[in-house]
Amino acid sequence: MREMTKTPGAKGGLIQRARGVHPPAHDPAYRTTVTRSPRLAPLSFPSGPAEETGPVFGHDLLGERDADLITNFTGEEAIGPRIVVTGTVRDETGRPVPGALLEVWQANAGGRYRHARDGYLAPLDPNFGGCGRCMTGEDGTYAFRTIQPGPYPWPNGMNDWRPAHIHFSLFGHSFGQRLITQMYFEGDPHIPLCPIVGTIPDPDAVDRLTARLDWQATIPMDTRAYRFDIVLRGRRQTPFENRPEAL
Amino acid sequence: MTPPNTHPYLLESASQTAGPYVHIGCLPNDVGLPMYGGANLGARMLGDGFEGDRVTVRGRVIDGTGMVLRDAMVEAWQADAEGRFPPDAAPGFHGFARSGCDADGVWTFETTRPGAVPFADGRPQHPHVTLMVFARGINLGLHTRMYWPGADLDGDPMLARIEQRERRETLVAREEDGGLRFDIRLQGPGETVFLDV
Repeated sequence: MREMTKTPGAKGGLIQRARGVHPPAHDPAYRTTVTRSPRLAPLSFPSGPAEETGPVFGHDLLGERDADLITNFTGEEAIGPRIVVTGTVRDETGRPVPGALLEVWQANAGGRYRHARDGYLAPLDPNFGGCGRCMTGEDGTYAFRTIQPGPYPWPNGMNDWRPAHIHFSLFGHSFGQRLITQMYFEGDPHIPLCPIVGTIPDPDAVDRLTARLDWQATIPMDTRAYRFDIVLRGRRQTPFENRPEAL
Repeated sequence: MTPPNTHPYLLESASQTAGPYVHIGCLPNDVGLPMYGGANLGARMLGDGFEGDRVTVRGRVIDGTGMVLRDAMVEAWQADAEGRFPPDAAPGFHGFARSGCDADGVWTFETTRPGAVPFADGRPQHPHVTLMVFARGINLGLHTRMYWPGADLDGDPMLARIEQRERRETLVAREEDGGLRFDIRLQGPGETVFLDV
């Protein structure tokens, strides 16, 4: 376990997380953060095997309709604007991440979640469950089909509305890359008004969470396409770095 | 020799809260959505064919006012009894589990005591599991560790880095009802040590 290696070009530790692109834990405009945000500084140290390994999911995990939210709940088609979401998952070094698992969840076309705690007046769609999953291929690309979700009000300020959004949960190759985020839609006027979007300090980082209409991929008379690329943390590629022998 | 990196560096995508409906996406079968053959991802750390000691870990997530969260999700990642991570671990050992909180705010998973895993510099660490907490009001998933009871608080290279020595106790489980108990305090007195790794 204590053996050290000097392998030119071998993978080093995780690149330090760029905290500036992430929301701070405490942001009073998003009121729930006030009591759920740690007040003390996190402890930093270099990654090791516990952070550089992670659960590996095979493509055999996926069912035939997991990536089709339009039909994966009952087999019948859900109602609303049909879209395909595609993109590439890369790491910070720019390399595609194959075999990444993406779990997605969202409200229906009216802005209502199929959840006991969602009492919004928009109707439930009997054929829309609101979740799905897919994996990236060897080139890091993914795709799923769904209904474009609607915006909806939420209890925060007296009149706060969420922009239309899809929640994404990602597993890369190491647990230290774990990321949960949200995808927004190009041109949505709710984006600059939303206190949850507003937790992100950098407008460019918000822009990178905003999917673009992919006109060329749109299926005529059927389904529009949106493109959403995602970047996970990367690992140093440093020649001559001393590393403990991997387990 | 391979050059360090020939691709342009990119910035990580920003995190956003998992929100109040994280169960729909990550634990659908817990909220009345029969998906994925009825089995949630990470339903079991110890799968078919696993042989070895078993221990149940339970805990709660508590906010800065002392209120117990019922809408949080906790994920666990750890090595097997020999300190090996999947895919090199013992048969049936998945290493990964996730749990929602029940009506009492309790998350739980069954696991086995892990072996020693090296710190970045190669020194062995005391048995621990990596935990990540996701919930409404948490903007970036919170990363922490639960150490098995009996940890040598001075001998573990990670625990030794905690400047306020009494805070190390926030990362050590205690024995309770034949299993392990580990509460995560998000804020205030006894605030859990969270990690930036």
